[in-house]
Amino acid sequence: MGKYIVRRLLTAIPTILVISFIIFAIVDLSPSDPTGNLPLTIPPEVRQKIREALGADDPFVVKYVKWLQQFFISEPLNFIESVFDVTFPGSEDRVRVISWATRGPVIDIIVERLPQTLWVVGSSYVLGVLIAVPVGVFSAYKQYSIFDQVGTFLMMIGFSVPTFFTGLMFIIIYSVNLKWFPSVYDTTLVVTDMETLQLQLRQMFMPVTVLTLYTTAQMSRYTRASTLENLQQDYIRTARSKGLTERVVVMTHAVRNSLIPVVTLIALGIPGIFAGALITEQIFRVNGIGQYLIIAIQGGDLPTVQTVTFIFAVLVVLFNIVADVLYGILDPRVTYS
Amino acid sequence: MKTKLTLLLIVVMLLSSFGGAAIAQSGDTLTILFWQAASQMNPYIATGTKEFEAAASVLEPLARYAPRGEMIPWLVDEIPTVANGGIAEDLTSITWTLKEGILWSDGTPLTAHDVVFSGEFCTHPETGCSVLSQFDGVESFEALDDLNVRINFKNPKAFAYGPFVGYLSPIIQKAQFENCIGAASLECSEENFAPIGTGPFVVEEFRVNDVVTYTANPNYREEGKPHFDRMIFKGGGDAESAARAVLETGEADYAWNLQISPAVLNAMEAAGNGTVVAEYATNVERLIINQTNPDPMLGADMRSVWMEDGSNAHPFLTEPAVWKAMSMAVDRNAIATQLYGKGGVAGCNIVEGPAEYRSPNNDSCLVQDIAGANAMLDEAGIVDSDGDGIREHNGVPLKVSYQTSTNAVRQNTQALIKQWWSEIGIETELRNISASVFFGGDPASPDTYGKFYTDVEMYTNGSNGPDPEPYLGNWRTTEISGPWNSWLGSNVPRFYSPEFDELLDELSTTIPVEDRIALTHQMNDLLVQNGAMIPLVFRASVSAIANSISGAVMNAWDSELWNIADWTRM
Repeated sequence: MGKYIVRRLLTAIPTILVISFIIFAIVDLSPSDPTGNLPLTIPPEVRQKIREALGADDPFVVKYVKWLQQFFISEPLNFIESVFDVTFPGSEDRVRVISWATRGPVIDIIVERLPQTLWVVGSSYVLGVLIAVPVGVFSAYKQYSIFDQVGTFLMMIGFSVPTFFTGLMFIIIYSVNLKWFPSVYDTTLVVTDMETLQLQLRQMFMPVTVLTLYTTAQMSRYTRASTLENLQQDYIRTARSKGLTERVVVMTHAVRNSLIPVVTLIALGIPGIFAGALITEQIFRVNGIGQYLIIAIQGGDLPTVQTVTFIFAVLVVLFNIVADVLYGILDPRVTYS
Repeated sequence: MKTKLTLLLIVVMLLSSFGGAAIAQSGDTLTILFWQAASQMNPYIATGTKEFEAAASVLEPLARYAPRGEMIPWLVDEIPTVANGGIAEDLTSITWTLKEGILWSDGTPLTAHDVVFSGEFCTHPETGCSVLSQFDGVESFEALDDLNVRINFKNPKAFAYGPFVGYLSPIIQKAQFENCIGAASLECSEENFAPIGTGPFVVEEFRVNDVVTYTANPNYREEGKPHFDRMIFKGGGDAESAARAVLETGEADYAWNLQISPAVLNAMEAAGNGTVVAEYATNVERLIINQTNPDPMLGADMRSVWMEDGSNAHPFLTEPAVWKAMSMAVDRNAIATQLYGKGGVAGCNIVEGPAEYRSPNNDSCLVQDIAGANAMLDEAGIVDSDGDGIREHNGVPLKVSYQTSTNAVRQNTQALIKQWWSEIGIETELRNISASVFFGGDPASPDTYGKFYTDVEMYTNGSNGPDPEPYLGNWRTTEISGPWNSWLGSNVPRFYSPEFDELLDELSTTIPVEDRIALTHQMNDLLVQNGAMIPLVFRASVSAIANSISGAVMNAWDSELWNIADWTRM
């Protein structure tokens, strides 16, 4: 097992390098321009000067190598320095990955925004899984019952109605008409006591519900399908004929086997939490990582787009490995030798 | 299973039970929504209006523009003029005298050296200053003593109020930014995120592209101001939800730049929480008519490239009957009332503001005349000879491609105009391009407004201040956009008129205001009456203010937050 993980991690390195190159090429070849959003009253010569100052007009290879060096050498060194409070030689001249729009280090902004993304997207994911698994199992066990029919109907709605629609509906119902929950998320709120916790829960309610609806819909369908398949297997009939209670048959025999593909799905969905929820963050002004990426794309901010998408790519590769390893732990039939 | 559902229900009920208490709103905090969030707070390296506005309550210029476009002294006691000796007789320098006793928010005094430094910061070749054009023609900055600063110009300057007037070029503190000049501005995120200023507010916390929190400046020069202890400048989201937060839910006090459907905005305003305000400056939404041939068959060396001998002229758009008919067929009032609402009125000029600079000679365009347009085309012999519903000029069918940036109002305008043009026998193909590409300067992209690979395009432009000279300079022959300047020239229609160039030269040496106005009228008429551009809508800035706020005066010539020190909650 250990050997397997090491091998997978080592093969991941070239994959990640190729991904970084492809992302960089796509972002760089796209025609958007960091000075594109400046007011038109600013003359083209001035725009040209700004591009030169940013290094936006450097040749492709120069920009890519610069980014590689900043991301793989400067940033880790900087991280070590800040964590262990040491200083390496040349620390003064080291250039970190700098955003063209903010002229500040990209990594700092990601770190600043991670909390609200994890609060909102993370909790909706956890909540979604917690609701989806029991709903899916029960739907499968009582196939074609009222519960299953209603559940299937609701899940289809959750699956097919886009979040920008549910988000807007929620705002109109809960913010405009009922005035229960705020439509603007306050990212500066720090939870210190019961009162601020209540504020935090209230401002999280709408974005979390919107996202949970979607996650639940997706996950419960998979759980239902997988459980249905297992309930028809011969070993379930054997278990029943042995005289085991329904509880043991379902919970121990069927569910355990059914959850193997679901666990993989959950693991593969985790990088998505870090990616934030592009649309939902925008609607409720959560201003997490998803919104940051959108602004960077609109603003032609190459270093930011490159860094953020690359981090997602790394997470996807890593969680793929995690999912494969989990498979081996959950399913004794899978071996890594 | 059941227990989990019950649990969820309980949580929902618990949360809703707090509903009775209205959404938190402290009386001392002012909440402003900017749906485009600020990336940093140094206006000299800004990437959009949002940054200038975020900095406007902290950093201040020497003089500001009031809502009618007139100058008012801000950090000085009076505006320098030739009459009061502030501007040299030969117009080669201007001397500003700072008000005495102004302090930075850190308690140190504001001096002429800070003003000199601000100018040097922007004009440093490696800073990549966004507002460099404010400093056009400046030779040097000189601190005569602690309060007097002189700006020397290379040549006599008829309008000497470019530097340090208006929110585009405020004063930054020398002590803070001394090590951030030039290329170093890239690494000064700490300074750029929290500039020290003389304004009513001080940055408490800056979160990139998200929210800025300010507190009242304890050293502000006016006793008892600002009237708010804190201000929150929240970004993100979209214009419609920002308007909703002010007008319907009452979560915010001010929302900026609300270009949304008038029907939606009026319905929100009817909720009674706030008011929609609009002010005009100089912005005009216009159609640009390509004077050169954008035919893709021509290849990169010839497509949309201007030739002085006129050999690459557009096959039919340079024909007066065609572009005049295209202009007559457009119902500008319909566009303005249905798509812009409070945000615009029909416009017939390239220079619409200040009011006295507006030419009175083009108002006939306000009335749509499709029958007249058809008659004019018939008379010019541009008729539909093959019966396909499209007219031909010298055998070339009148098919135009028409591009603009992606934006709901613009796409609706395109649809209306396409319909009207089809009624005069012109077929239109519509395109829209993401704003960051369309307004970008990538010479490799075929979709930039400067490359202009279509027949017609549409966008808004306007003058940076009340003086139209730099704005009119956009259409000088030497500014024609083409491969020789990487398609970055500001003369996008490829308008060629030696007469216009002569008038520009004359304008640059003319001082009496009446003469400058007369020249501006003449040049505006040349642009409009020669088919370089078809003006459509004179646009206003639109914002929403909560009814509980008093003292907020909308301003389109300067920052919308220009008098934020006077805002109070009733």
